Amino acid sequence: MYTIKSYVFPETLAEADELLHRDIRAAAVLGGCCWLKLGCRRISRAIDLTRLSLDQIEVKDGCLELGACVTLHQLETHPAVTSRFDGILGESVSHIVGVPFRNCATVGGSVFSRFGFSDLTCALLALDATVVLYRGGEIPLDRFMASPIAFDDILLKVRIRDDGRQAAYQSVRRSTTDFPTLAAAVSCLNGQWTVSVGARPARAVRAEGAAACLNEGKGAAAAGQAAAEELTYGTDLRAGADYRKKLAAVLVRRAAEQCMEENKG
Amino acid sequence: MKVKITVNGMLYNKHIPNDMMLLEFLRKYGYVSVKRGCDTSNCGLCTVWVEGKPVLSCSYPAARADGLNVTTLEGVKEEAASFGRYMTAQGAEQCGYCSPGFIMAVLAMRRELTDPTEEEISNYLAGNLCRCSGYAGQTRALRAWLNDKPWEKEGQA
Repeated sequence: MYTIKSYVFPETLAEADELLHRDIRAAAVLGGCCWLKLGCRRISRAIDLTRLSLDQIEVKDGCLELGACVTLHQLETHPAVTSRFDGILGESVSHIVGVPFRNCATVGGSVFSRFGFSDLTCALLALDATVVLYRGGEIPLDRFMASPIAFDDILLKVRIRDDGRQAAYQSVRRSTTDFPTLAAAVSCLNGQWTVSVGARPARAVRAEGAAACLNEGKGAAAAGQAAAEELTYGTDLRAGADYRKKLAAVLVRRAAEQCMEENKG
Repeated sequence: MKVKITVNGMLYNKHIPNDMMLLEFLRKYGYVSVKRGCDTSNCGLCTVWVEGKPVLSCSYPAARADGLNVTTLEGVKEEAASFGRYMTAQGAEQCGYCSPGFIMAVLAMRRELTDPTEEEISNYLAGNLCRCSGYAGQTRALRAWLNDKPWEKEGQA
């Protein structure tokens, strides 16, 4: 159940920021609104960013930039996204419900909320992305993901260096369109690897030990085992912690092997 | 708040509650093809188009549709009826409750994808749930419809 007392379309980012900070506890910056009904909120002021041209995908200053209002379906279809990083951004979101849902859900909503089940944040972590906040400026996504959620800033865009890195994404679901039981992503640039694991079911995080294994040439299986051992896994209705741990070893190994194959090609 | 929403070519200049979703707006003004299913963004029953893109009207704020064009099944009824005949021929209409949302997703897919593969079709329509049976009848109907391309003969967009 939710209620909205006033609904506003700010015309500038400065206005959006001012509206948010007039009373942070009572205001809400709206994303795709897909999960709005699952919560219980009385929103005094709903701030809708859809008229601020934040739905743009651009390649600018050596980076791929994804505006906060870019929809998940845009990630599947926009050539600037599908042609980069072996298409893992589109691949990572392609199992989320259906296209009508993905035309609503946004990059900003997914990233800012730091949902544990998010496929997208797992893929973005492996790509060494940064987030650009209105007040907080540009910060690395891994730092943003590790910080507590404070609804006191506005996410403007996500930036990924257009460095030609190769990448792979793997996930397991109990059924099509369900949340992932576990997700893993890897990327490789000039022999330097980045590994992330999501839906643990806690928030996605980097697996530094797994990346180190790959950097040292110990192989995909060793990386998988390292990811299983170094991170914590939890239990929920989709899977137990032990099962997730075993999945992590397999998915990280598969993603690394896939990335190695792509490197050969 | 006051909104101007165009539904199937007809402009509605209305005062709405700030927390109204597009689903409620459409049903209030008689577009009863738009069905309430899960009401939590999961089942696809409430699929309509906003500016030609399929969205879930149960989770799309009506305020956000201010100034935009919305299309429901009533707005594409000839094409919907054409596809509906293929569903009937395959016994795929079942109880019919999910059909409007499913058909809106199918017609959107036809506009977006050229000669989609089985995987692309499954991927596109995965969010439109049918609880009557499996999806075999719907898949047969869809494949026959895509093969026949009746919209080319009927002069549809």
